Amino acid sequence: MSMMTELTTAYPGLIGGMMTTLKVLFLAIVGGISLGTVLALMRLSGIKALEIPAKLYVNYFRSVPLLLVLLWFYFAVPMIYFWIAGKYLQLDTAFTSCVVAFMVFEAAYFSEVVRAGIQSIGHGQINAAKALGMTYGQTMRLVILPQAFRKMLPLILQQCIILFQDTTLVFAIGLVDFFRAAYVRGELMGLLTPYILGAGAVYFVISLSASIGVQQVQKRLRF
Amino acid sequence: MNYSWNWGVLFEHTGVGDELYIQWMLTGLGWLLLIGSIAWVIAMVIGTIFGIMRTLPSKPARAIGTAYVTFFRNIPLLVQLFFWFYVAPGWLTPALQDWWYKELSPNTSAMLSASIGLGLFTAARIVEQVRTGIESLPKGQVNAAYALGFSVSQAYKEVLLPQAFRVILPPLSSELTNCFKNASVASLVGVMELISQTKTISEYTQNNIEIYTYATIIYLLFNLSLIAIMGLIERKLRVPGLIAGGQK
Repeated sequence: MSMMTELTTAYPGLIGGMMTTLKVLFLAIVGGISLGTVLALMRLSGIKALEIPAKLYVNYFRSVPLLLVLLWFYFAVPMIYFWIAGKYLQLDTAFTSCVVAFMVFEAAYFSEVVRAGIQSIGHGQINAAKALGMTYGQTMRLVILPQAFRKMLPLILQQCIILFQDTTLVFAIGLVDFFRAAYVRGELMGLLTPYILGAGAVYFVISLSASIGVQQVQKRLRF
Repeated sequence: MNYSWNWGVLFEHTGVGDELYIQWMLTGLGWLLLIGSIAWVIAMVIGTIFGIMRTLPSKPARAIGTAYVTFFRNIPLLVQLFFWFYVAPGWLTPALQDWWYKELSPNTSAMLSASIGLGLFTAARIVEQVRTGIESLPKGQVNAAYALGFSVSQAYKEVLLPQAFRVILPPLSSELTNCFKNASVASLVGVMELISQTKTISEYTQNNIEIYTYATIIYLLFNLSLIAIMGLIERKLRVPGLIAGGQK
């Protein structure tokens, strides 16, 4: 069978896998950045009761491998859901648990980026906002965060590229992402070598183009 | 779903010979340490070579260094490990293939391919650290070395590298912990390291929460001790006035 016919047959499976990869990636980025921002604000709040838990959270998730976190959530999410809701989880367990795991894990990394971004904004800005009678919420929402996010955009995008590569680890819990789809197809057809090389090439092209894009953004943002 | 707690699970018999579950856990930890250590040695050697190349005056040398980093950083670690496990052995000469598939035990060959894969992947990150370290030194250092009649290799060996490595020790130690964290991915190419053992034990016993808690504690303790040891080394090697030692 020629390569074209093989790819035409395999195409729907591979596209399905890529859609799963992108869905996980998107949800993890949105959830990770939101939770990461909350953690960063907690750490910079100056209130010990908020600072310490946030610090423990970040240090904990930075000390354990992502794979272990994925496995934890894979069996813990359905269990916790059952204890809380009193019934079995109806959704796709592998997908739900790995999205939650990625959000929770990446939040630790995003929070460090956000924290550095907020700290890079001069203290005069906060004082000026206070002098104008802004509340804490207004200061953060209108003054600090918009500037901070602009500064840390390249770092956040870089982290998203790493996250894109990390999504391949869903292999461990049997979720069929792009890489697993390619692997399964390759094994089925006895074409493991071309499929592994091909999948590697796809990840390479996407990551490299994204990195080049980030460099462009960085150039444009330079003041 | 009634969960029956059993924190003593690690000291129960596995039913395979006389072994206790804790022995499986410790074997897993052993494999993890072995993969991480071999990978780290590979990463340091290759990372230093390509890192130096990225700072050399020669354009081709710099291009090769850059190509290495671009290549190994843009492909997910899992895909790279699959390559070294499933694809690369098929490209060996027939005699070597015979040795790889027949002489080596499956666990050893899996461990070797995982170590090579992880080592080359980590090397790409070391390259960047080494380059940053060398570039962070004042230009006067290398100029002074040349003015004193040092050759390029002498300048690197005697002047640049000893200083650069001290500068990059803190980021290197975080790469070291990353290396051991990433070693867990080897469980997906059939190495019986800590995570695979954890999975197996939790399937045997159904005491998921306890087993995974123990595995997590092992990782935390191991990482904390690594960080402590690296901190000691940093303080020992610190040169007053140099970036790493000068602050605070």
